[in-house]
Amino acid sequence: MRNFISERANGIPPSGIRKFFDLALTIEDVISLGVGEPDFRTPWNICESSIYSIEQGVTSYTPNKGLPALRETLSIYLKQHYNLPYNSDDEIIITSGVSEALDIAIRAIVDPGDEVLIAQPSYVSYAPCVTLAGGQPVPVECTEADSFKLNPDRLQEKITKKTKALMINFPNNPTGAVMNRKDLEAIADVIIDNDLLLITDEVYAELTYEGSHVAAGTVSDLWQRTITLNGFSKAYAMTGWRVGYLCAPKELCEAALKIHQYVMLCAPVMGQIGALEAVRSAEEDKNTMVNEYRLRRNMFVSGLNRIGLPTHVPPGAFYAFPSVKGTGLSDTEFAERLLKEQRVAVVPGSVFGAGGDYHLRCAYAVSRKQLTEALGRMETFLNGL
Amino acid sequence: MDEKDLELLRILENNSRLSAEEIATMTILTPAEVEVRIHALEDAGVIRKYTTVINWEMAGNGEVASIIELKVNPERDFGYDRIAERLSRFRQVKTLRLMTGTYDLQLLVTGKNMQEVSRFVSEHVAPMDRIRETATHIIMKSYKENGNVLFEQQEAERLPYSF
Repeated sequence: MRNFISERANGIPPSGIRKFFDLALTIEDVISLGVGEPDFRTPWNICESSIYSIEQGVTSYTPNKGLPALRETLSIYLKQHYNLPYNSDDEIIITSGVSEALDIAIRAIVDPGDEVLIAQPSYVSYAPCVTLAGGQPVPVECTEADSFKLNPDRLQEKITKKTKALMINFPNNPTGAVMNRKDLEAIADVIIDNDLLLITDEVYAELTYEGSHVAAGTVSDLWQRTITLNGFSKAYAMTGWRVGYLCAPKELCEAALKIHQYVMLCAPVMGQIGALEAVRSAEEDKNTMVNEYRLRRNMFVSGLNRIGLPTHVPPGAFYAFPSVKGTGLSDTEFAERLLKEQRVAVVPGSVFGAGGDYHLRCAYAVSRKQLTEALGRMETFLNGL
Repeated sequence: MDEKDLELLRILENNSRLSAEEIATMTILTPAEVEVRIHALEDAGVIRKYTTVINWEMAGNGEVASIIELKVNPERDFGYDRIAERLSRFRQVKTLRLMTGTYDLQLLVTGKNMQEVSRFVSEHVAPMDRIRETATHIIMKSYKENGNVLFEQQEAERLPYSF
């Protein structure tokens, strides 16, 4: 029999985290700081509207772009909250999570051989999505010395004649870094000078603890060359609902829509109904959750620094990114031994690409009680080294 | 009252047993600063009392609670205040509110048993001057008190790792 697996599929490295996943499942009483999702339940009003819509028989396809009411509400929300102007008719597509939005955005713009710069450390799917589209992912490292922000000089260094686009994600998974307006203006100059497209994943926008989120599309003249991705998973504790969205100027949006209509048709209608309720009336729930994350962040990060793992204070998302350089262990060794010896699950930073090694991603989206217990276990582990 | 004070209030409302040290790490204040702020909030009367949400039904004390609606003729110059303050003095009255709608004052009254509650209403509340009408509703079961759900909820399962 022939080998049926495509070269493209073969070209994607297996996930480095799989072995941790399997190991964690065999150990009892694990405190997992490895989960990139809120520990809260979806606010009940969101669940209830979705349940009610199912009872009313709202179970059909929606328009490819998504429910008009959801797009209209989002359009107003984006303008009011971030000053992002996107027309609900032809500049917004509702997707199955930001994951799908990312995929169709990349496929809409990448030709074989195109290079796509990825600000790393980054979410694990960016590079494989570029590879699957036939493009070449090129990491640009965001260093701890720069507070894990994207440095314009480092960006400029990586640009070649083949460079077509840049992908960023701030507030960042896994570092929690945030780019303020000045930071974004500095990279906007490089983007515009080199005629690049910007894909910005802003799914953690609502989880900004100092000041307010600056949408990249509102900086300088970036809007016309920016694809903004966002979703409901993190801010509204809706990870399993799989609803996100892509916003871009009309021509770009139309290209992405062609792919979306053939691969996804539309995002699940019950998810879209829930998302509509989230934008309309879950502001208070969202703020309560964000306040709680802020308290946990303060407590957890000061705890990490106290026990001897240097950690910058992350201004966004719900991840702490401590350095393990001083321990003499690599991030992978540290994570593996910590899991086996003290039953705390964290993700080795090297999983997230350039700049991630010698760091751990610890999600503080768990209860304060669990964070205190995890800190105690980590301290015991460090003392035993 | 600043943003930090509001943050302290939100923390304490949820759990007033946290130590000043614990609160300090969450709010980026020193433990001494936390104590000073909390004392100021106590002195100002913003913080009224530290208390506990108890599922009394589970504790098995068998207390009876009832909501009592009162229609009241307000007094010239005082409105509902004087009668409300008078009712507030009764130990049995746990909560007292002035309402819009078909009645005026709403009382939450607790007692050891039905007899005690009904004696309290008929002997002390109903005969009071200016009270036109009373309606007593027995609370059969409490599902949520002050934002706290009192029934068991299933823990949602999460994967040990996700990105």
